[in-house]
Amino acid sequence: MTLDYAGATTKYEPTLGLEVHVELNTKSKMFCGCATEFGAEPNTQTCPVCLGLPGALPVVNAKAIESSILIGLALNCSIAPYSRFARKNYFYPDMPKNFQTSQFDEPICVNGYLDVEIQTDEGQKVFRVEIERVHMEEDTGKSLHVGGATGRIHGAEYSLLDYNRAGIPLVEIVTRIVPGTGKYAPQVARAYVTELRDILRSLGVSDVKMEQGSLRCDANVSLAPIGSGKLGTRSETKNVNSLRSVERAVSGEIERQANRLESGERIIQETRHFLEESGQTRPGRSKEQAEDYRYFPEPDLVPVTPDAKWIEELRTRIPEKPSVRRKRLQTQWNCPDKEMESLVNAELLDVVEETIKLGAEPTRARTWWLGEISRLANEKEVAPTSLITSKDVAEIIALIVGGDLTDKLARQVVEGVISGEGSASSVIEKRGLKVVSDDSALMTAIEAAIAAQPDTAERIRGGNIPAAGALIGAVMKATGGAADAAKVRELLLKHLGQG
Amino acid sequence: MTTIYSSASEMAQALSKKDISSVELTKLHLGRIEAVDGKVHAFLHVDSQGAIAQATAVDAKRAAGEKLSPLAGVPLALKDILAQKGVPTTAGSKILQGWRPPYDSTVVAKLKAAGVVILGKTNMDEFAMGSSTENSAYGTTQNPWDLTRTPGGSSGGSAAAVAAFQAPLAIGTDTGGSIRQPAALTGIVGVKPTYGGVSRYGVVAYSSSLDQVGPFARTVLDTALLHEAIAGHDERDSTSINAPVPQVVAAAKKLDVKGMKIGVIKELGGTGFQAGVSQRFNEALELLVAGGAQIVEVSCPNFEYALAAYYLIAPSEASSNLARFDSMRYGLRVGDDGSKGAEEVMSITREAGFGKEVKRRIILGTYALSSGYYDAYYGSAQKVRTLVKQDFEKAFAQVDVLVSPVTPTTAFKIGEKSNDPVAMYLSDIATIPVNMAGIGGMSLPVGLAPEDGLPVGMQIMAPVMQDDRFYRVGGALEAALLSKWGKPLLSNIPELGGM
Repeated sequence: MTLDYAGATTKYEPTLGLEVHVELNTKSKMFCGCATEFGAEPNTQTCPVCLGLPGALPVVNAKAIESSILIGLALNCSIAPYSRFARKNYFYPDMPKNFQTSQFDEPICVNGYLDVEIQTDEGQKVFRVEIERVHMEEDTGKSLHVGGATGRIHGAEYSLLDYNRAGIPLVEIVTRIVPGTGKYAPQVARAYVTELRDILRSLGVSDVKMEQGSLRCDANVSLAPIGSGKLGTRSETKNVNSLRSVERAVSGEIERQANRLESGERIIQETRHFLEESGQTRPGRSKEQAEDYRYFPEPDLVPVTPDAKWIEELRTRIPEKPSVRRKRLQTQWNCPDKEMESLVNAELLDVVEETIKLGAEPTRARTWWLGEISRLANEKEVAPTSLITSKDVAEIIALIVGGDLTDKLARQVVEGVISGEGSASSVIEKRGLKVVSDDSALMTAIEAAIAAQPDTAERIRGGNIPAAGALIGAVMKATGGAADAAKVRELLLKHLGQG
Repeated sequence: MTTIYSSASEMAQALSKKDISSVELTKLHLGRIEAVDGKVHAFLHVDSQGAIAQATAVDAKRAAGEKLSPLAGVPLALKDILAQKGVPTTAGSKILQGWRPPYDSTVVAKLKAAGVVILGKTNMDEFAMGSSTENSAYGTTQNPWDLTRTPGGSSGGSAAAVAAFQAPLAIGTDTGGSIRQPAALTGIVGVKPTYGGVSRYGVVAYSSSLDQVGPFARTVLDTALLHEAIAGHDERDSTSINAPVPQVVAAAKKLDVKGMKIGVIKELGGTGFQAGVSQRFNEALELLVAGGAQIVEVSCPNFEYALAAYYLIAPSEASSNLARFDSMRYGLRVGDDGSKGAEEVMSITREAGFGKEVKRRIILGTYALSSGYYDAYYGSAQKVRTLVKQDFEKAFAQVDVLVSPVTPTTAFKIGEKSNDPVAMYLSDIATIPVNMAGIGGMSLPVGLAPEDGLPVGMQIMAPVMQDDRFYRVGGALEAALLSKWGKPLLSNIPELGGM
């Protein structure tokens, strides 16, 4: 009988370990001056250093050191006063020097932690994920295997190599094992990567785009019978390209391992690849014969010895923790959980905060950004923030609140701003979109409507108030929507002796 | 009259007085190479066209009255381990056959900027691994003093070119003695500067923590002029020292050792050293005493482990540095018939492209860095390195410079040691400690051994970035020897014919 997830976690205790690779967003590479822009023509962002030409030597990018220290500080790590680069030796065609310049036993940041909160059966619960180390290294190039059925190197007719990515600065963040998550292991994994991503984004050190590979997560999972107090053999799942996949990969791996153990098989220590479509993992490289990377200190680089004063200066630059900020804003705005989640997922927190700071009423600010503006952005397949500024949105909301714009008119203003007609105020002026609040102008329209539908007017006079709808509609039509419907109703009823 | 037998400073003077043009001087040397290199085989590639073009440019600048560097227009021979844009650079290996670097090493860029005319690339032991040039993939260089003997190595081509008057100046590299040993064996001056004194950018790496570029010439002053032209901080080389270049030219002109304390290293002499080598060394000491210097005997007890430690550190770094030669991006590719995978082609290429000694050191280094052996081999070797450094520090606390013979013997016969690696390694026993400690040293010719009539060299060593000290002692001793002999040592060299 096969075990489902619930069955698996009733019998077995999972242990997690997460390794996250982050591409830093420095302008130049880790050890040379080449550009790091994503998506450039293959092999156009290369030089003797990142191509590993004979004689070329690396020089450390100071900005990458700064970013690494910022990450360490944000993760509550100690910053090493002395750390070194090391060579990790192995042969692979997309690695120009056939060694990766990395850090080994002397990483730049050690011993940190990150608290993550998840929803459990007993309510919100905090799990502490301990960080073992944060270290710097360089990325490899990219191989494209052409021909063959699988797109993998075996069976390919030939391979193409692009070294644009070779030498892009990477920071690897390694957790200690995370025990005691029980059946919540997948959620803890996802919450950790989410929180980490938000922190990295708030630090401004990386684009953190999982789909572009600027944030990559390897999930280590092992199982042991509950209560055994032992650690099982782990597998390492790669190719996890979204937050949702992190969760799926961990739960899928727990199920797979549990079923193997149930049928009396052992777990092989190996690298596995996550398959997006099925949520399953397939085996990759076996790590049973541990690869010997022959690490040794990189003789071409001098040790990294950041000044204590500089570290303290960087510490003052660490922004409020994203989870703390989210809670603060949610309370301030009195925002429901669901809506807060939508704002976070749509990356609209910053712009909504700005809009509110400019005086907009919180509920309206959220509604406009999540609603109309996001809808238009989706249509155009761009980010909402690229369409309109928080200043314009705040101005429009102020006009609505003041009764100068109806929601319908405001949508027209937004559309005008987006199509490049200028700021909110100039669109209002050019298109003449102010609410018609002049009673005499409205009265002319009302009288015209009554004249056109005398029978309806008579019914209203006779006390049939709902019949007013038809006349209000006519007035709104005549004014091109520029009238406040409530005002029209008030004037109409008054005029017909029902006010 | 300026001839190929003139010193570089005499040539520079004649050029500045317009007694001779750089083109004429360059053609004289190209003619000499043409005439004698069939016997000496100092060059792997003669760049006649490039040299004439450089000389023409310098002459034009001089004619235009531009201010020129001291060595502008003087020809030079370049060890084939330094990248020169567009000119074949093989490092004496088949695996780099056909590679023309797309960039200039920093030293070449500095030479070009100084108007020094580069005649061509000189022969060397493959990847600088050797002490005789017998490990070159392109044939052995013959010692101009006796064509049946080696000129030493690995920079044997550069040393032979200067001794045979094919060039007044040459560039070499020294990892364990590869400048000083061939200088001693060919009767010329050679200097290994302080580690970090000259940029390694663009020098095909053998052992990164030991490699250093340095000058060869026939006089101490010429050597100093070339030293100043190539030295200085380079931001492309993280290990280059950011400090002013020692005043070596001024020191070479001082011709005075009065009051200097000179230490003779007890462990580097006596047993195991050829009688004539010891004799000429001791006579030179007497001249220094006559010049007012004080001689002190010092002990460096850890030097006896230096050779063994060197043969762990250098191969370890080499095994990693040479990993990039994988046939993917440049150089040799063997066996790529369309049926084989990248890994197999790489393997076949490395088998075909590397010579025996290179393979020996790659295997040695790979073994020394392997997990389980690292601490015993690489780790212990690093400890010895620290001890050697401390021996030097203690010795320099007592004296201004240290001296020893450069080599235990004079030039050995071609083939004499090529089947006995350890015997070959022993020829660097006196030079290796200098590299281990990162200090600088000079090889100065002090006479011909009575028993075989071959040159003997004295090694003069100084603390880190005090290179001016050995120029001062070397310059004074050279003057004293010249007045004793009445003519330069090289006037005793057999005529090779052709002039």
